[in-house]
Amino acid sequence: MTDTAGTSETADRAEPGAGAEASAAVDAVAAFIELDGVEKVFDVRKKTGFLKRERRRVRAVDGLSFTVSRGEMVGYIGPNGAGKSTTIKMLTGILTPSGGRLRVAGIDPSRERTRLAHRIGVVFGQRTTLWWDLPLIDSYRLMHRMYRIPDARYRENLDRCVELLQLRDLLDVPVRQLSLGQRMRGDIAAALLHDPEVLYLDEPTIGLDVVSKAKVRGFLRDLNAERGTTVLLTTHDLQDIEQLCSRVMVIDHGRLMYDGPLAGLHEAGESERTLVVDLERELPPIEAPEPARVVRVEGPRQWLAFPASASAAGLVARIAAEYPLVDLSVREPDIESVIAKMYAERAGA
Amino acid sequence: MAEAAGAAEAAGAGEAAEPGVRRGRVVEGVRAYGLIAGMWIRSTMAYRTSFALTTFGNFAMTALDFVAILLMFSRVDALGGYSLAEVAFLYGLSGVSFGLADLSIGSMERLGRRVRDGTLDTLLVRPAPVLAQVAADRFALRRLGRVVQGLLVLGYALTVVDIDWTAAKLLLMPVTLVSGAGIFAAVFVAAAAFQFVAQDASEVSNAFTYGGTTMLQYPPTVFALDLVRGATFVVPLAFVNWLPASYVLGRPYPLDLPGWVAFTPPLAAAACCALAGLAWRAGLRSYRSTGN
Amino acid sequence: MGTGSGRLYAAVAAGGFRRYATYRAATAAGVFTNTVFGLILVYTYLALWDERPQLGGYDQAQAVTFVWLGQALLAALAIGGGGFEDELMERIRTGDVAVDLYRPADLQLWWLAADVGRALFQLLGRGVVPFVFGSLFFPVALPREVSVWAAFLVTLLLAMLVGFALRYLVALSAFWLLDGTGVTQMAWLAGLFCSGMLLPLNVFPGVLGEVVRALPWSSLLQAPADVLLGEADPLGTFAFQASWAVALLALGRLVQSAATRRVVVQGG
Repeated sequence: MTDTAGTSETADRAEPGAGAEASAAVDAVAAFIELDGVEKVFDVRKKTGFLKRERRRVRAVDGLSFTVSRGEMVGYIGPNGAGKSTTIKMLTGILTPSGGRLRVAGIDPSRERTRLAHRIGVVFGQRTTLWWDLPLIDSYRLMHRMYRIPDARYRENLDRCVELLQLRDLLDVPVRQLSLGQRMRGDIAAALLHDPEVLYLDEPTIGLDVVSKAKVRGFLRDLNAERGTTVLLTTHDLQDIEQLCSRVMVIDHGRLMYDGPLAGLHEAGESERTLVVDLERELPPIEAPEPARVVRVEGPRQWLAFPASASAAGLVARIAAEYPLVDLSVREPDIESVIAKMYAERAGA
Repeated sequence: MAEAAGAAEAAGAGEAAEPGVRRGRVVEGVRAYGLIAGMWIRSTMAYRTSFALTTFGNFAMTALDFVAILLMFSRVDALGGYSLAEVAFLYGLSGVSFGLADLSIGSMERLGRRVRDGTLDTLLVRPAPVLAQVAADRFALRRLGRVVQGLLVLGYALTVVDIDWTAAKLLLMPVTLVSGAGIFAAVFVAAAAFQFVAQDASEVSNAFTYGGTTMLQYPPTVFALDLVRGATFVVPLAFVNWLPASYVLGRPYPLDLPGWVAFTPPLAAAACCALAGLAWRAGLRSYRSTGN
Repeated sequence: MGTGSGRLYAAVAAGGFRRYATYRAATAAGVFTNTVFGLILVYTYLALWDERPQLGGYDQAQAVTFVWLGQALLAALAIGGGGFEDELMERIRTGDVAVDLYRPADLQLWWLAADVGRALFQLLGRGVVPFVFGSLFFPVALPREVSVWAAFLVTLLLAMLVGFALRYLVALSAFWLLDGTGVTQMAWLAGLFCSGMLLPLNVFPGVLGEVVRALPWSSLLQAPADVLLGEADPLGTFAFQASWAVALLALGRLVQSAATRRVVVQGG
């Protein structure tokens, strides 16, 4: 077994990674992550009575096939329970697939979990991989030894993360005392000390404030650009995708529903933005120009939907000219609604 | 589809790799254990007063059992035909063995919680065996209190108990303590493996760990034969102290077992650890195939 | 207003009951563990009473009954910890208790109600099975008269009050101490040693026995046991338990008001 990525199949999406020289041994266009008909079936037992249980088979991942090239930054999205986390768990070797073929850097994750661990970094947004009761630096020191990171490399990586993620003042603070945003930065640094070739992020910005989100996104962007680290992230936040990923995969009911650029997703889902208008008083629904339309009225407040691709300016000007406007705001489409729209289209088609 | 099934089967075989790799895994495990435990010890030592207090608390909680025995012997001269010195001898052997196991891998009790809150996943993405990581997690040096308490009672017993020391008996002592620790460690691991299946049932392990050591503090003559049989053949706790102590004290063996069984604790410990290892592996495999 | 607040505390107690009732596997595990410990203890007691019949005025059947009663009450009275106190201490440490203080309910009564709810569940869910198991497989000394059982139930209720009052004081110590581990540990030690859980208090020798029997912890296990076993006069036992309950609950109020002033001064 060699250390190079599998070359049996050529990637159907030949996007050379920005930092492909990171590992010269590997052909940059080869698929770095490969899934072929991967399945994961759970037996779910549900209590239906005091002692009665019902057994049900759930296909959390149902014949999933895709490839990710080295250096790509991919958003992996879908509604809750779609199979996102299950996929990540299979990619990291936590869960064993029920069927299909899965390779990361040529390694079968579930069979060679510990060997793969040296080459991947994982950040779970909702739970930390750091040692909860100990100062941040203790976790890092432990990673240093556990991953057998050469001293110089460790120091260099730590310094870099500490500087870019602004961790200097947090190193001696026990992890449990960190805020969510601080902890997330700490977790990202921990996942990168051993120079992983791929970084999995499960909801990296969940619960973070705007400033923390911006810091995390900026760091990830630089990481991908400078080091060519492959990044796969799951998120509920469409802005994460917009600002980071050139490619989006949408999964639902364990199946891949969409794979392509973000713009295409907007088209596929023909997503809409919402203009929330506060008028001086209760009025009948605004007569808006096509294709905008009022979707909801509540007292003096009205909601108008219009295509995400259209400009809001013309619509706002028109309303301001004809109606007594007090306040307004524009809401961006969220992933849930984009996906919901997408399904509606498909069902209609 | 056939290929998929083949992959699943290969994956099911899991990490049962060739012997060379397995030895490598043991070394890796010990190394990771040392790293994690070392980190916890350093962090404990940063708060020496707190460490001293909690160690004393641990000592006092453990000593309570022996106080009960002392109170009993304030009213009687023998229990099940054993004198206070002999009971103390049993207590000391069991206490030290259990204390060592509890000190080294007592944290495994928390496995059910880790499965429930999902933090076990974070251990599975690290390049070290999960067993070692779980065992070393929150390594609590204060549990030395229990070991010290056991050693004190054992020391007291050795000064007052009447033993015709021979080389064999002398040699048997450290062997017994280490084997006993191994047997209790196996019980901890097996109980943790059970928590993969029943996450909320961590208290069941208390019945075998704390319950086991409590039982072994008393002479086998006290208990019903079925209970002694269970503690010999089902969960072989009798090898922790009852059997070797019967030899050292020159007492009749429980269940009329042959004399040589007094020297088998290392074998019992090895068998227990092997079985517990298999149970652990099965538990982890079921977790990785079903998730949570 | 009286019925209104009565309804509130009843709801809190019901909540405490339900909260523990949801953990079925944990309850089953607890029942198993209590039964195993009961088995181990029963044989040591049988050996002890074999050696010395009528020790402490109990016969063998009474000693056996005492063991199973102890296992039945251990979780309900939280003698070895596991009640509300950890949660309250955590709330005090994090400052969340300030919110509780501004609630239109009395802090002590609120936690008492929750703890009684928990205790009732632990008694039914965890206590009954080991006790029945012990009664079926070992010679026990249970009364035939309904009045004795009724008196026993009253002692249990009073035991819950005393147990709560003691642990409430332990929890309030968190207002002054940064780390409550030491106090909690001492409270467990005292509880296990002085309640009879370690060994029936009537077996304790001489002055030590007299002292532990006068302390509040004897209200927890020793007092109900002696009433059930017909070894103590129910009315005298009620009076003993009730005095400790009143004294400790009053002390709890006193400490609570001192603590409250502290919170108010510190601004939470």
